[in-house]
Amino acid sequence: MEQLAWLPAHPELGAAIGAARKLPDAGERLAEAIRLAGFRRDFTATGRIDKLAQLARQEGAGAGLTTLRLAILASHTVDHLVPALRVGGLGRRLALNVHVAPYGMYRQVLLGEDAALAGFAPHLILLALDAEDARIELSPDASEADVAAAVALRTEELRRLWRRARARYGAQVVQQTLVPAEPLLFGSFEALVPAAPYAVTERLNAAIRSAAREEGVLLLDLAWQAARSGLAAGFADPVRWHQAKQLVSPLLAPSYGEALAAICGAVAGTSRKCLVLDLDNTLWGGVIGDDGLEGIRLGQGNATGEAFLAMQRYAAALGRRGVILAVCSKNTAEVAEDAFAHHPEMALKRSDIACFVANWNDKAGNLRHIARTLNIGLDSLVFVDDNPAEREIIRRELPDVAVPELPEDVANYPEVIAAAAYFETASFTADDAVRSRAYALNAERAAALEQATDLPGYLRSLEMTMTAKPVGPAELPRATQLINKTNQFNLTTRRYTAAEAERLAADPAAVMLSLRLRDRFGDNGLISVIIARPDAALPPGEMLIDTWLMSCRVLGRQVEEATLGILAGQARLRGATALIGEYRPTAKNTMVAGHYEKLGFRHMKPPAGAEPGAAFWRCDISDVQIPKHFIEVEAA
Amino acid sequence: MSQSEIYIALTEVFQEVFDDDSIVLTPETTADDIEGWDSQAHVSLVVAAESQFGVRFRTADLETLHNVGDFVALIEAKREAVGHG
Repeated sequence: MEQLAWLPAHPELGAAIGAARKLPDAGERLAEAIRLAGFRRDFTATGRIDKLAQLARQEGAGAGLTTLRLAILASHTVDHLVPALRVGGLGRRLALNVHVAPYGMYRQVLLGEDAALAGFAPHLILLALDAEDARIELSPDASEADVAAAVALRTEELRRLWRRARARYGAQVVQQTLVPAEPLLFGSFEALVPAAPYAVTERLNAAIRSAAREEGVLLLDLAWQAARSGLAAGFADPVRWHQAKQLVSPLLAPSYGEALAAICGAVAGTSRKCLVLDLDNTLWGGVIGDDGLEGIRLGQGNATGEAFLAMQRYAAALGRRGVILAVCSKNTAEVAEDAFAHHPEMALKRSDIACFVANWNDKAGNLRHIARTLNIGLDSLVFVDDNPAEREIIRRELPDVAVPELPEDVANYPEVIAAAAYFETASFTADDAVRSRAYALNAERAAALEQATDLPGYLRSLEMTMTAKPVGPAELPRATQLINKTNQFNLTTRRYTAAEAERLAADPAAVMLSLRLRDRFGDNGLISVIIARPDAALPPGEMLIDTWLMSCRVLGRQVEEATLGILAGQARLRGATALIGEYRPTAKNTMVAGHYEKLGFRHMKPPAGAEPGAAFWRCDISDVQIPKHFIEVEAA
Repeated sequence: MSQSEIYIALTEVFQEVFDDDSIVLTPETTADDIEGWDSQAHVSLVVAAESQFGVRFRTADLETLHNVGDFVALIEAKREAVGHG
């Protein structure tokens, strides 16, 4: 696969970068850099786009990007990778500030007191080590036990460094796995010799992966990237290694940048959420309206049919890991639905699809409809269509939608979609696995709403039960995930790393609640997180509602009203006299601008040191009035 | 490819790597003459030139590059060796 295969080629990228540099306004230059970052680019063009964006940012341009600070502590040279990393960030609406610690000094920096790193205050710390640095020197005839002990020792050291990074800087740690660069010593016999170099590196990687799982550390799995991309030779080029201690060749910098930016995006909550699929010649061969149910090519028996089946299976598997699936097709709805209902080889089921749109309207309008129906932004969508003309129209009309460039053969679609890392995540919980189903259930609820004659009657008919629980170890991963990716129903959009969230959850003065909602259609999972705490800017006894966020899946169900009752009860238990609500406006959260007013809070003057533009609302505990709702509340 | 053609193509490589259209190369141009030509940029130049000219430099070759004249001579020799002429 070509590097950045999912990005469309630009006929004159170099000239376009040159032209962008001459734009008078820094904001326009940054916007153009973001647009150009979305084209397939080599490392030189990537470097030029980075320079364009960096200069514009220095002049104050922001373009609504989320800022994230990433420190790289490496045992090899990484400076040549930073431009590609930042450009990869632009594609994920991130302004990445990158701090590179002196090369080879990661132990000193982490174990000592490093003023530069402390001043930088990283959100993320990447520990980028290489097989050379991690090398375990053993005689080739060393025993299995010797190797196991040496690997355990090395992994233990890493754990100490991770814990230190988390405790000292409150940062999310990302560990790079080791790219096996050493040539095979024994050939195919290598893995049968415990102390053979390649075998030891593989074993160390396995140990690093399981330790990372236990410690809440994320992986930049460069070893897998290198093996899977077919670019392994370029990842570790011995000439570049000897010349400049570059583990990753500059040629591969764009790939490296994308992989690391994807992790940053996952942590910052800018990963995509929904895969929107065309039907004809994307999920099956042929045009169902012309060829009929029997005429389309899908399933076992011929190569083309198997390739389309493999594509469906990949999409279905993404659905099972929590990616929302939707269909957007130019077809007669009944004909399209018929394939799902009656074609025996369909791997995707109608119930896997949360929003099914088949009509003859333009696809841009339909994609807008899908985003609205699912209550997600256009920037959460990935649109897969075999037709280059449709792809081009969507890229022009809806630049926020990701539209992967696709190879001619559907057999290669899954690997391209996977390589783009649209759906990169920083956690995976049981709730994710049922999310797609939850969105599909929402469609059923919507149908029930259409049948109900009045709203209270509908809400009552849902038979909702909400459970409130303090955030503990079981809830922490999903709560952190919501904190970092909820954009719309989010009063303050404060982001917390897992380490910070853990600290808040353990603070006895603070309230950190997770809420689950069940109804007669099923379990909506953990749908809301509330954090309230004393604040230095407020008089004692008053609690600031630091965070109030909710999944848009349960909008309009009066969850907010029920939540207020729970929150007020918790605040009362801690002896609080008032709740102070804060609203920090962003481009995406206008839907909650009137949230506190709706709940009976009174507008107040912002306390000292408040974020500019933030609005504050107050409700004395003695005055709390819970608006009427139809949710039964259980405390757990 | 003549030496002057190599100069023209190499100038474009330099202009792209340093993102500076005003760069003009002479055989005597050294790292001191171009802002940003540090050891990292040097690797980028080598890699970009390898792609541009379809050649591969040896580790030992890289130590002989002291100015643009050396660079051009090395590219020329490599191209001859791989039959580009």
